[in-house]
Amino acid sequence: MAGTGKKIVKTIKVDLDKCNGCRGCEMACSAYHATPKYSSMNPSRSRIRVVMDPFNDEYVPIRATDYTKAGCDGRRVYTIKGKEYSECSFCGTICPTRDLFFDPDSGLPLKCDLCEDEKEPLCVQACPQGCLTYVELEEEEIEEAKLGDMEIGLKSLVDKYGLKKLADTFARMSQKG
Amino acid sequence: MRYAETGYNLEIDLSTGNIERVETDPNLTKLFLGGQGVNARIIWDRVGPEVKPFDEGNLLIFGAGLLHGTPVVGCNRTSVNTINPMTGIFGHSTMGGYLGPEIKHAGYDRIIIRGKAPKLVYIWIKNDKVEIRDASHLKGKGVRETTRLIKEELNEPFAQVACIGPAGENKVLTASLEHNWNSAARGPGPIMGDKMIKAIAVRGTKDIFVAHPQELFELCLKMKKEIHASDGCGDWMATDEDDSFHHNNFSWGNSRTRIKNYWSKELQERWTRWKYDHMDRQMGCYNCPKGCINIISWPGHPRFGYKCYGKDTYHMSAFKELNYSYELLGYCQDYGLDSYSTPQTLALGIELYDAGILTDKDMPNFPTDSGDRIKYLIEKVVHREGIGDILANGSWHAARIIGNGAEEFEHNTVKKMEQLPIKLGKLNPAYYLMIATGEKMAITQIEGSFPQDPIRDVEERKKFVEHWDAVPSQIFKDIFMKWEKRDEMSIEDTCLVTDWNEAMHYVDDSTGLCGFVSSFRGQFGGKTAYSFNNVPQIIKLATGMEIDKDDLWEICRRNRTLIRAINNRLGIRRVDDDPPKDHWAVRNPELEEKLLDAYYDLRGFTKDGIPTKEELYKLGLDYVADELIQRGILDPDEGTPSQEAAKKEQQKSGGC
Ligand code: SF4
Ligand code: SF4
Ligand code: SF4
Ligand code: SF4
Repeated sequence: MAGTGKKIVKTIKVDLDKCNGCRGCEMACSAYHATPKYSSMNPSRSRIRVVMDPFNDEYVPIRATDYTKAGCDGRRVYTIKGKEYSECSFCGTICPTRDLFFDPDSGLPLKCDLCEDEKEPLCVQACPQGCLTYVELEEEEIEEAKLGDMEIGLKSLVDKYGLKKLADTFARMSQKG
Repeated sequence: MRYAETGYNLEIDLSTGNIERVETDPNLTKLFLGGQGVNARIIWDRVGPEVKPFDEGNLLIFGAGLLHGTPVVGCNRTSVNTINPMTGIFGHSTMGGYLGPEIKHAGYDRIIIRGKAPKLVYIWIKNDKVEIRDASHLKGKGVRETTRLIKEELNEPFAQVACIGPAGENKVLTASLEHNWNSAARGPGPIMGDKMIKAIAVRGTKDIFVAHPQELFELCLKMKKEIHASDGCGDWMATDEDDSFHHNNFSWGNSRTRIKNYWSKELQERWTRWKYDHMDRQMGCYNCPKGCINIISWPGHPRFGYKCYGKDTYHMSAFKELNYSYELLGYCQDYGLDSYSTPQTLALGIELYDAGILTDKDMPNFPTDSGDRIKYLIEKVVHREGIGDILANGSWHAARIIGNGAEEFEHNTVKKMEQLPIKLGKLNPAYYLMIATGEKMAITQIEGSFPQDPIRDVEERKKFVEHWDAVPSQIFKDIFMKWEKRDEMSIEDTCLVTDWNEAMHYVDDSTGLCGFVSSFRGQFGGKTAYSFNNVPQIIKLATGMEIDKDDLWEICRRNRTLIRAINNRLGIRRVDDDPPKDHWAVRNPELEEKLLDAYYDLRGFTKDGIPTKEELYKLGLDYVADELIQRGILDPDEGTPSQEAAKKEQQKSGGC
């Protein structure tokens, strides 16, 4: 149940102007989460993706942070200092409208775990350009009951396909097994 | 399991619509590594000399580097090879960005395209799904709109797109293939146009595996930090605003006029302001911490990205200032024009008009201002209208088509392709060899690992040599220690230096490494991230293949020799190894002949510049030797120049 208290919030700060669009963060995140560790690279398995449009000078690293059901169309355009950005530039959610953070093979959602075992997240280590920095903030916050990985996954699948379809698929799969 | 590579090629025949995923022979990797090396082998096997560049039989190959998709830093240059219609020989073309790694993740080491589509198409590759799609709605569209429309209609924001603009569609020989702010020049542009391919779009979601994960990853992470911090890596011109070198030393217009004291402090301040007031950012390529691509938004004109000397060529051809290039580059990139060859060809057109060889009949309403003239000609060339239809073939061909004395005005090509417009005083032996024998068609792709200039002070020279990590052997330290004057180096040493410079480029072109972290940077102070001392180990960690320095050197020699043989088969001989006549004010024909002989000796070429049978067999290229002999190109008994000389001596002295 929800309560109030102090807590350390670990997060990654993004300085958009420093991004050079190298996608090293994607490569590193996917390698770190491979089994065995570093044995394979695959940006589409990364929990950070750089949404970019070089012709519009738009480079936006988005992390798969806590899932929220965003009902956005994601295609609005903002102009800041003469540069155009799409709404995606500012959004930190698992994107329901694009295959941004789903594992390409299993279809399950991917979620940033902040590379728990590492002193510094891998995407940050892979970005000497300084676009990504790891910060621990002490924050007054309303604690919410945390969802486990599987619940998050299921919840997003429910949102994507609807409960009925998911239940049907689940039933079909269990029969095969 | 195959490590680092996928083990598959994608074969597309546009004439028949046939698409196949074909398993590759792991032996080819051992012999040629990947990228340009393997591409060359495929071209040798399948594109004989009877195939003309614009025939269906010509191939267009997008070759990912052996190390693309691995954590190896600054490794992203795709080799796009074909027979280049401008030169008629093997087209050396590489481009940075993301394409090569994406091709790997889609499950292929290369995409081999043959034939011609009946109408304009684009190719969409998503892993195993490959489609040839109608592109009639993209006809005539610029690079940025084409890219945007393709991503939109596929609903694939993460697809990587490489496309041509109207210049490529119209088979302008100086057209380039464009991919974001990167481009592949020297062949692929007009060949895409001829094959009726507007674009290729690739999206890959597969894994690339490496043989020694932990070791490789840790090494790469460490190297990434070092490369980021090192001023020996990346394009120094992205940060150093003193560009007096190009402006004082290179020639303007049709590569003719030098303005020795052009550069000044106030000019530098003005240009620096122009740049930084309008620079959006400096962009890098896949998995590289450098930012070599300057992204500029010049008010009222389309945004563009440039690297290195690319910002100078248009204003230097028009005798204008930086703002002129800034106005133009966005349009030229959108048209898909190569900023290296195009401006030189246009400047030739202006000279021919001023000389009365071209007239108002050829160029109606030709403006008087040189800047307006270049703009006028760009439009003509891109659409192949009027005189543009001739100039679209590049300076060498254009001058010969125009005739009437125009040939005399064309003076800056080697093997029919424009060279850097640099005009020097005294012949510099190493550069003579590189520009004369080079087949990458621009000296910047040949000069490289060995420093450009000696260090006067002996103590400093010693210090330099002691800290020279990239040097492959003591020999080069010795050469450097005794080198005092730029133009004074023994013939033997000159050949060795050329060999090293060349070899390192062949490392890059097969692994996919970028010259700015590797082959190209050593010449400016000796510091560079990749060298013969660490690349073999990196290849081993990524692929699991046992390989040492000598093995790697031999692969480079094989690749270089194979490309030479492709070009020999297409007619290249000693006479073609010839720099622009006026490249140096003072020439030394006797020395030049000796240098060529010595270089051919070292390479195992005959006096006419063809690899000997012995050399080809030694490199395992016996099928190449056999074919060259069968075609009457190679005399099986002929040795290198010095072997032949020794034979003659023996005969004279009556030996058996
Ligand atoms: S590693 Fe850093 S600079 Fe590179 S794309 Fe990711 S956030 Fe941007
Ligand atoms: S990232 Fe997805 S959820 Fe966020 S704004 Fe863009 S489209 Fe919407
Ligand atoms: S913090 Fe770790 S898990 Fe999260 S995006 Fe970065 S590398 Fe991936
Ligand atoms: S050094 Fe520069 S050009 Fe080369 S890969 Fe890195 S960013 Fe690209």
